[in-house]
Amino acid sequence: MTALIQIRELSKTYRRGNQPVPVLLGIDLEIAEGDYVSLMGPSGSGKSTLLNLIAGIDKPSSGTLLIGGIDIAALGENELAAWRAANVGFVFQFYNLMPVLNAFENVELPLLLTNLSKAERREHVEVALAMVGLADRMDHHPNELSGGQQQRVAIARALITDPTLIVADEPTGDLDRTSADDVLNLLDRLNGELGKTIVMVTHDPKCAARARRRVHLEKGVLLADADAEH
Amino acid sequence: MNTGLSFSYVLRNLMARKLTTILTASGMALVVFVFATVLMMAEGLRETLGGTGSYNNVVIIRAGSQTEVQSTLSFDQANLVATLPGLANDGDGQLRLTREVMVLVNMPRKDGKGLANVIVRGTTPVGMRMRPQAKVIAGRAFRPGSSEIMVGAALTRGKLGMALGDSLSFGMRQWTVVGVFDAGHSGFDSEVWGDSGQMLQAFRRNAYSSLVAGLRDAESYADFAAAVARQPQLKVDIKRELNFYADQSENLANFIGVLGKTITVVFSLGAIIGAMITMYASVANRTREIGTLRALGFRRGNIVMAFLQEAMLLGGVAGLAGLFAASFMQLVEISTTNVQTFSEVVFRLRLTLGIAAEVLMFSVLMGVLGGVLPAIRASRLEIVDALRSV
Amino acid sequence: MLAGYVLRLAGKNMLRHRLRTGLTLAGIAIAIVSFGLLRTVVDSWYAGAELGAAGRLVTRNAASLSFSLPVTYAERIRRAPGVRAVTWASWFGGIYIDEKHFFSQLAVDASSYLNLYPEYLLSPEQSAAFQHDRRGAVVGRKLAAKYGFKIGDTVPLQGTLFPGNWSFVVRGIYRGADDKTDENQFLVHWDYVNETIKNTLPAQAERVGAFIVDIREPTQAAAVSAAIDSSFRNSLAETRTETQKAFQLGFIALVDTILLAIQTVAYVVVLIIMAVMANTMAMAARERTREYATLKALGFRDGFVAMLILGESLSLSLAGGALGILLTYPAANAFHSATRDLFLIFQVQPLTVLLQLAAALLIGVSAALAPMLSSRRVQIVDGLRAVT
Repeated sequence: MTALIQIRELSKTYRRGNQPVPVLLGIDLEIAEGDYVSLMGPSGSGKSTLLNLIAGIDKPSSGTLLIGGIDIAALGENELAAWRAANVGFVFQFYNLMPVLNAFENVELPLLLTNLSKAERREHVEVALAMVGLADRMDHHPNELSGGQQQRVAIARALITDPTLIVADEPTGDLDRTSADDVLNLLDRLNGELGKTIVMVTHDPKCAARARRRVHLEKGVLLADADAEH
Repeated sequence: MNTGLSFSYVLRNLMARKLTTILTASGMALVVFVFATVLMMAEGLRETLGGTGSYNNVVIIRAGSQTEVQSTLSFDQANLVATLPGLANDGDGQLRLTREVMVLVNMPRKDGKGLANVIVRGTTPVGMRMRPQAKVIAGRAFRPGSSEIMVGAALTRGKLGMALGDSLSFGMRQWTVVGVFDAGHSGFDSEVWGDSGQMLQAFRRNAYSSLVAGLRDAESYADFAAAVARQPQLKVDIKRELNFYADQSENLANFIGVLGKTITVVFSLGAIIGAMITMYASVANRTREIGTLRALGFRRGNIVMAFLQEAMLLGGVAGLAGLFAASFMQLVEISTTNVQTFSEVVFRLRLTLGIAAEVLMFSVLMGVLGGVLPAIRASRLEIVDALRSV
Repeated sequence: MLAGYVLRLAGKNMLRHRLRTGLTLAGIAIAIVSFGLLRTVVDSWYAGAELGAAGRLVTRNAASLSFSLPVTYAERIRRAPGVRAVTWASWFGGIYIDEKHFFSQLAVDASSYLNLYPEYLLSPEQSAAFQHDRRGAVVGRKLAAKYGFKIGDTVPLQGTLFPGNWSFVVRGIYRGADDKTDENQFLVHWDYVNETIKNTLPAQAERVGAFIVDIREPTQAAAVSAAIDSSFRNSLAETRTETQKAFQLGFIALVDTILLAIQTVAYVVVLIIMAVMANTMAMAARERTREYATLKALGFRDGFVAMLILGESLSLSLAGGALGILLTYPAANAFHSATRDLFLIFQVQPLTVLLQLAAALLIGVSAALAPMLSSRRVQIVDGLRAVT
């Protein structure tokens, strides 16, 4: 069975002035469908860049990046946007909810890019919010929710389009322990019950321990895969 | 204890948000530009008509007639005035008194848009000596007793575009332009001058329009006025020449002033709002920074001052930009009708130090008005809350 | 579907900074009101020239308006082909109390003038009373209201063109047939003025400022004018005849520099508010860099984000514009009553409203341009990192 994500010789170099700054150096990585991978490493190691490349919000300098057999580096701006809408769910460190929209509307947002009717959208959103345990907070705006609740809304938004891949960038970085556990439990369920493939960047070992597989990066290079099957 | 936040801190904050600063400053600069232009217009007009004539000349017109064109003075009245005390003598023993004929003549505008009312003044050699500011700059003066005329320099520019050698037709005659005179941006610059006697003949008149008398010295005015008052059959109004023309521009200058100031006040509301938006945003963006400064020991007063200085600097920069643009308006010459005398008047916009100071103060004031509420809001922030904001 | 969504989101974003939105709305409304008022000032100036029947011609001295014509010309004008009737008027130019109490006064031929101006509605009794009193005067309704003139009142005037102290008795107050009729006139007997100045100013006796000529066929105005003028060519006082409208446009041409200045200023105000509004949008867009990046990460296209910015900008500018247009009407009424002797009619024209709307649209689009472009340029990864 071929892996969902196939990465070969992937490099990424930024320019700072005239100075090229290599961030990723020839990464080879495969992630199977249904896997739960944590990307770890000190800051500046390139873990966030790798995540951004996998999520299709950044473009590699060289190498191939196949996701579900699609070479996303070759997609145009608008094709890529459509691809993300259909295939990727995002969870950010600072939630990135729209402050003017309430919880319901924030979760509904990605569905506006589909052809679902209003009633169908409502149904989906209600299910997603129920799943993250916020069915009673639908009318609340982000500033009326705690950090943990906001992140759960963000997770509901990530799964609303039923994507195969969920990317999470330090999802617990801004949360207290209890809220962080709630969020991690949710991610466990997404992976275990719904079979979502999850790629998560974190520097918290406790957090990384929840993943099926831990990948370490240092100075743009992949270290030995510390596989740990649970 | 502390001296407040340094000026370079204020300056750098403005520089940090270039686009916003530039947009706000340009809005304010446009208001300053309009304000300065209006003041320059009123000043130019005041200077042109207010600088017409001499302090020691007296204009005599028929009682109640207000303007020279409306006035008529009979030959008898003129002769009687010549006998009054206080009048100066010319070098060669001639009395400094000129009998003048003033008519408004329609002349076609060069742009083809209708007609302009031009003042044609019939004057005398004495009259020309009494207005030494009018100097012939091209050709020569008209010869008395001929159909020759000379035109003010302003008429050679702008809407009418007269030129040396032109032939003008009025009063059933052809008149030849033999000279151009420059009367130094005064009202005379917009007039056509010819021989007084010839004008009487051409327009079939048997009365003068006005008399202009030269006083012996500045103090003789009271004596002369008293002498006029002793001759009730004269029925004339007298005024110093300088005041006479200044008063004639009063309505137009007031109109420009009132219209301009009303417009400026309304416009400045818009600019003050713009400054307020910018300063509120500046406060909101720097909430945490303000908290940090307060934690470091800066007082509320320091914070208010820093934001007020920022707003004043914004206003000052805008004022300078607006003034710089307005200074080019000095090249503009306006040709319009003085509604009071119904005649064409040409004047140049004038920028004075007084106007520059007034305009800059106005611009800084706009900044302060826009900045004061945001500055107060900034100083009211509680340190702990401000530090916690993202 | 997205379009509606964009608008709803734009509306919500507008409410995010109520203070800033309120200030911007106020700024736009002020600008749109001033723009409308300035345009209406210019329109109204020209509208004055539309007054009066097109079928009337004005004949005056070709040299300039300050020259008069002999009253004997009336007979010769009447004989010109196509002329139905002739009357005349002289500018009286008296001062009531002082120069600040300015209103126009005309010395007219009492027996014929009102016949040529059927739009001045006067009761037969008042008309007869005016004809019978040489010192009588007929006053327009608005002028009478302004100074409280009533029938039988004596109005003292100090002469300027015609020397002396004059007094006239109000014998009639006329109404205009429609709202385009000038109700600010003060008409006195030319005969009376003429008799009086035979002693004081004989040179101006038997002379009139202008003849008003009623013609049979308005389409023949040019031919009749030419005929009248040619009959006086090479005489002591040549004439210039034109339609009443052209005559009044001639007055307006005298101050066209000022009108041009007012018009320029009207457009400058739009520029000023464009800068203010562009500033608001630039700030709003900068604060939302991360939101826009999130939307793009979620799969929304660049165009969606651009529409979001444009939608917000347009909602703001059009709301401000609509508020401004609504406020223009009461503002115009207030302006008109504050300067009631200056403009005969002061109405906001449909074209002005259209231009106000166009200005609001232009303000909204131009303010959105820079943020729209920069939102396209921002990379998602950079945008997500942006700190607000």
